[in-house]
Amino acid sequence: MNVLDLARVRNRVERVPRRFLPVIATFLVFVLTFGTGAVRYDGFASPQVMTNLFVDNAFLIVLAVGMTFVILTGGIDLSVGAVAALSTMIAAATLEAGWPPLASVSAVLVSGTALGLLMGLVIHFFDVQPFIVTLAGMFLARGLCFLISVESVSITDPVFRTMATGTITPVEGVTLTYSVLIALAVVLVAVYVLHLTRFGRTVYAVGGSESSARLMGLPAGRVQVGVYAVSGFCSALGGLLFSLYMLSGYGLHAVGMELDVIAAVVIGGTLLTGGTGYVVGSVTGVLVLGTVQTLISFEGTLSSWWTKIVIGVLLLVFVIFQRLMMRRAT
Amino acid sequence: MIRHRLFWPIVALVALLALNTAVNPSFLEIRFQDGHLYGSVVDILRNGAPTLLIAVGMTLVIATRGIDLSVGAIAAIAGAIACTWIVSGGGALTGMLLALCVCVLLGLWNGFLVSVLGIQPIIATLVLMTAGRGGAMLITEGQIITVDDPLYSRIGAGFLVLPIAILISLGVLLAVAALTRGTALGMLVESVGTNPRASRLAGVRSRTIVWTVYVFSGLCAGLAGLMISSNVNAADANSAGLWIEMDAILAVVIGGTLLAGGRYSLSGTLVGALVIQSLTTTVYSIGVPPNAILVFKAVVVIAVCLLQSPRTSALLRPRRRAGTTDPRTPEVTAA
Repeated sequence: MNVLDLARVRNRVERVPRRFLPVIATFLVFVLTFGTGAVRYDGFASPQVMTNLFVDNAFLIVLAVGMTFVILTGGIDLSVGAVAALSTMIAAATLEAGWPPLASVSAVLVSGTALGLLMGLVIHFFDVQPFIVTLAGMFLARGLCFLISVESVSITDPVFRTMATGTITPVEGVTLTYSVLIALAVVLVAVYVLHLTRFGRTVYAVGGSESSARLMGLPAGRVQVGVYAVSGFCSALGGLLFSLYMLSGYGLHAVGMELDVIAAVVIGGTLLTGGTGYVVGSVTGVLVLGTVQTLISFEGTLSSWWTKIVIGVLLLVFVIFQRLMMRRAT
Repeated sequence: MIRHRLFWPIVALVALLALNTAVNPSFLEIRFQDGHLYGSVVDILRNGAPTLLIAVGMTLVIATRGIDLSVGAIAAIAGAIACTWIVSGGGALTGMLLALCVCVLLGLWNGFLVSVLGIQPIIATLVLMTAGRGGAMLITEGQIITVDDPLYSRIGAGFLVLPIAILISLGVLLAVAALTRGTALGMLVESVGTNPRASRLAGVRSRTIVWTVYVFSGLCAGLAGLMISSNVNAADANSAGLWIEMDAILAVVIGGTLLAGGRYSLSGTLVGALVIQSLTTTVYSIGVPPNAILVFKAVVVIAVCLLQSPRTSALLRPRRRAGTTDPRTPEVTAA
């Protein structure tokens, strides 16, 4: 490539708005990891492996969407994994008690949203750090799981079973589950809410500077409470998808998932200080994590704890990358 | 007295001990036997020692407006290294020293990310929290390694009238108290936590101080990891020190140290760690399923946080100047 071409490439790169760079970088990493798999293993680059990324991580995508809302306001929600576990438990327990599936689903969604709302209210009205409040929420949700049942409760309801095992074949050779459709719908709604509604604008404004947002007359308090309710709702919905995936409710489901979710959001280019980031980035972050997991299972000889190490390293690389970007920007 | 910042935590501690005594009248009994002290209270001290030790390190980190999520993983790594070393024929002492050296290195790494690269503490330590446990699994090759070494088992389970573990933790606590409160160091740490940039401009070496507290936190976590693993004579990379970072942070917060940094209380941390451990013991003794203990922890944390919140005291205080000032003065965010 000669100098002229380089200049042209640079020109083109600079025309992409800088705020999209982190998401593009995440996407490149995704392409790179997926490409590595495609080169190394036969059958890796099949459409089914690609769709399986969504099938296996549908619940993670939903959780990451909720977490993105919270992190965009500069907060954090440590309770998502525990609330998801509580949702599997409530679903399983109510179904076992003979509730109709619709009532059970509504019970899960209402309780998850209520828990999120409660945490948001405490954070806002008592001015307690989100970290501590959601940590308490995590303990509360996990503890409640064990108060419902210490054992794993399996789900035998026919509607849940059909939802879990039912597949759709949009194109030849590709099968999807209903969970994927739900997750994608959540992503679309989230993109709409964040970019085309007042609530979404205020989320970004509060993340940029809460005091400025308040001085501008934006309903900062309402949004701050609202994002935790959104995250609670997403955790509950993610928990429902997880219960479809596992077909059981158990207090030890989704242990440590909050870390995976935070890692996915950060890898997706959302800044923890708030105000910058995209839902699409978080989804790409989830896909990167999913690809790493698939790679390790394809390799076969590597043990599963390598996943943790690789996620840690990826997180590190992205955080340093973000840091350098911010230094250059200022 | 009600305004003293340790009032509510101490009330919680006394209430827990009273509840235990009500359920089990011999709870406060302490026997002296074979030169050791025995009793439920001594057990609380012994089992609470690792949490207390980690909480001491965490107090200083939080005082600089940071947080260290990686302590549990570091504790697991310490136990894994020491046990692997002992099993492969090394001495217990060198094994422990080796483990502590690695923990200091891990602390250096955390400190480097936070103080030199300027990465947010939650994320910087999240890296090691995620990867560290994988690393510990790598060291033990996924196995639970059991050791049989009299010297090693003394750290966590030994007695010197009182359990050795709590003596170590209290020793570290006192040393830190003497070092930071006896000199200006504590004030410097608080000034860094209040405003890093202003402290640097005032001639405080913020970077060195921040770096040092992470190294110290790593060291405390390593020592606590040795206690945990020595108490059961085994290294379990998966569950050793699991959630201990949460317990330690809770202990620090219950003790009245602000998560926003700039103020810390070591005596508060001591009370906080004792509250957490007494709570655990209480739940076991009144026969609630052990896993449900999390509900109680959540309730205590929320209660203590709400009672300590400036908003609550503003609500409880009799209103003399109604509505003159907003209690939540908008903070100027230090970018």
